[in-house]
Amino acid sequence: MNSAPAIAFQILQSVLVVLAAPLLMGWVNQCRAWLQNRSAPSVLLPYYTLAKLLHKDAVIARDASPLFRLTPYVLFGCMWLAAGIVPVLATGLPFAPAADIIALVGVFALARVFSALAAMDIGTSFGGLGARREMLIGFLAEPAMLMTLFTAAFISGSTQLATIVDTLAHREFAIYPSLAFAAVAFLMVLLAENARIPIDNPTTHLELTMVHEAMILEYSARHLALIEWAVAIKLFAYMTIGFAFFVPWGIAEAGNWAALPVALAALLAKLALAGAGLALLETLLAKLRLFLAPEFLSSAFLLGVLGMLIHFLVSG
Amino acid sequence: MTPVLPAIQLLPLAGAVPAWRAEVDAPRWRAGCEAAAGAGGRLAALWASDERDRGQGFCVRALLVLYEGLVCLELHLADATQTYPDLSDLFACATRMQRAAHDLVGVIPQGNSDRRKWLRHGAWPEGVFPLHRDFALASSFAPGDDHYPFVRVEGEGVHEIPVGPVHAGTIEPGHFRFSIVGEKVLRLEERLGYKHKGIEKRFESMTLEDGARLAGRVSGDSTVAYAWAYAMALEGMAGVRPSARALHLRALLLERERVANHLGDLGYLGNDCALTFGFTQFWRMKEDVLRSNARAFGHRYLMDRVVPGGVACDVDSASAQAMIAEALRLKDELRTLRSIYYNHAGLQDRCITTGRLLPLTAARLGIVGLAARASGHAIDARVHPGFAPYDELQPRIASHRNGDVAARIVVRFEEAFESLRLQRLILEHLPQGALRTPVGEAAEGAFGIGWIEGWRGEVLVALEAGRGGRVRRCHPHDPSWQNWPALEHAVIGNIVPDFPLINKSFNLSYAGADL
Repeated sequence: MNSAPAIAFQILQSVLVVLAAPLLMGWVNQCRAWLQNRSAPSVLLPYYTLAKLLHKDAVIARDASPLFRLTPYVLFGCMWLAAGIVPVLATGLPFAPAADIIALVGVFALARVFSALAAMDIGTSFGGLGARREMLIGFLAEPAMLMTLFTAAFISGSTQLATIVDTLAHREFAIYPSLAFAAVAFLMVLLAENARIPIDNPTTHLELTMVHEAMILEYSARHLALIEWAVAIKLFAYMTIGFAFFVPWGIAEAGNWAALPVALAALLAKLALAGAGLALLETLLAKLRLFLAPEFLSSAFLLGVLGMLIHFLVSG
Repeated sequence: MTPVLPAIQLLPLAGAVPAWRAEVDAPRWRAGCEAAAGAGGRLAALWASDERDRGQGFCVRALLVLYEGLVCLELHLADATQTYPDLSDLFACATRMQRAAHDLVGVIPQGNSDRRKWLRHGAWPEGVFPLHRDFALASSFAPGDDHYPFVRVEGEGVHEIPVGPVHAGTIEPGHFRFSIVGEKVLRLEERLGYKHKGIEKRFESMTLEDGARLAGRVSGDSTVAYAWAYAMALEGMAGVRPSARALHLRALLLERERVANHLGDLGYLGNDCALTFGFTQFWRMKEDVLRSNARAFGHRYLMDRVVPGGVACDVDSASAQAMIAEALRLKDELRTLRSIYYNHAGLQDRCITTGRLLPLTAARLGIVGLAARASGHAIDARVHPGFAPYDELQPRIASHRNGDVAARIVVRFEEAFESLRLQRLILEHLPQGALRTPVGEAAEGAFGIGWIEGWRGEVLVALEAGRGGRVRRCHPHDPSWQNWPALEHAVIGNIVPDFPLINKSFNLSYAGADL
């Protein structure tokens, strides 16, 4: 299985995700600007921002421990690893058996723990505030995420992402009502986990309302660049997890070069649509009161559970 | 109709608004304020000045708003003592004004009120008072200690979040000390004064004519209100009445300032709920207003358009037609946006019951302006006493009882509609007359008061002429003095992430109150 072409596919996917993630961010921002009747910044703006940040000198708080310096690398690494596991372009990648969906959620959790610790490390009040809110959202989002993924896992009888995608993509077309519930739940988790409206506002400058931004207020230069990049990769990874489960069509098999152009085109089309959809959602919604976030995520959890129950009801 | 205060002889002040002044001693100062408070009066402003060069020691002035109009009580302190009866038990808003008066002049309220410094940070040492007449304008001191004892809240799980004076966004500086449990705000304490730049001291080195330009720069978002209030005070003491045309043009400028600021605030309120769509729409409309200001009057924010004796701009018929068309267009757009704001479940959920300031609290704190009207107090100087030309224009007051962020949004919408209506009314019936009436020299010691309802609330300017057409003392008073303490009350029991929204719904001035 781990043939040379498969390894080539793995490398191709990993590089593609890292390089294309800021483009997705740029696209979402561009769509948001259009929907708000603003003239949009270049779709390449996130790249320029990263380049700018990488050229700057990092300012680090006097009291920062090595954990604070280490965290951006951990975050970037975690997100890159996650992007390597998710079948973005192809199934049957060499990395895929290394982690199933439970481990994938674990990788995201690891990143969360590190960013929360780093936020508290320097001892500013905003870091603590952000970390506290992030953990509140995280501990509610993770079970909802697992429930969603389990629904798909039950359909295919495996927690391996590749198996799930293979089952869903290559089986004859069938409508799974349980997946509809799971898809809605997944969308809600995606918004919460990626610090998007209505849970968090990635463009706010109001320090008291921030969740994710409050945690990274003290970062600058290359550290901030890595974090911003990791955020983009995370959004990319989440979207591709969504595609893998709910619209897997068009995905290639590792080593099958002939299927690659179709897979690439399908991925591009899906990302363009999903990015525009995310921007539309963010334009229409206002941010929830912080204490409605638990209700939002409990609804996601409930929908995930409902999806699972319906699966048993229908199949049983 | 002269107001009645016990044993106080009131002398009428000439000018566009009904006002009286009286020199009182300490017992009558106290009794007069008690009678005013008992009659439902408010404290509009309190300030002190140095009159030692006239052999009168220090002087404390309290400006009271009674039903009949303004009453200015003047208490001269004997040379040896610098104490005067405290007013903070009668008027809660007096506390900070008394603290500022101490920092600047050194007069001490005799009572139980808060004695901590207010305007003085590390810029000048304790025991030095910048508004003393022997204090040189050019004095400078090494930056001193800026220790400030905040009130601590004790209890299990209580902790503090210090915010500011430097914020993540580009806004004015102010420090907010939150005492919180989890996300719930137990207490907020404001620490302002970071923008103190010695405006009152600067006035004393200016002529009455030049002072008008400085008055227009006390708080840039209310430049028309300040410039008009200053002009009103000066015209009152000089016995000049601007022509009907000049007054109508001033009202036009004031209403344009109101609309521009309300549009900007409505946009910001959407933005603070992450409804960026609202932000971009309202700010596009605000920008349209500012650009047509620049076209019609030569300045986007209308600075220096109101001058003593009249106005420094005119409106021809083409420009009037353009502004009427603009007002009609804005009205339609505003209607559409209002229905979007009112029907947006997410936005309404964020705003309803958030940051409630109950009518009773609002009355006790003596708050003014837009925030007072949103908390059930229909006070608006344009309506009562209704200075010219508003006595002819008959503006309709907008008010609401709920006192929450949503109520302040409603009042902003209603006032913006009313302002647009007034603009059309003014432009359609613009009377003829001189743009500027010459203002003769005011006699030394002449005293005048200006009282204008700006977009945020009532702006007051108390002006005293010195020798040779110079300013002896000028005290500009921003409505934010009254309303900042109300913000501390409005956030109690709310959650920390709702504070920016509540703060923005008041949108108070730092520059105007820090002077």
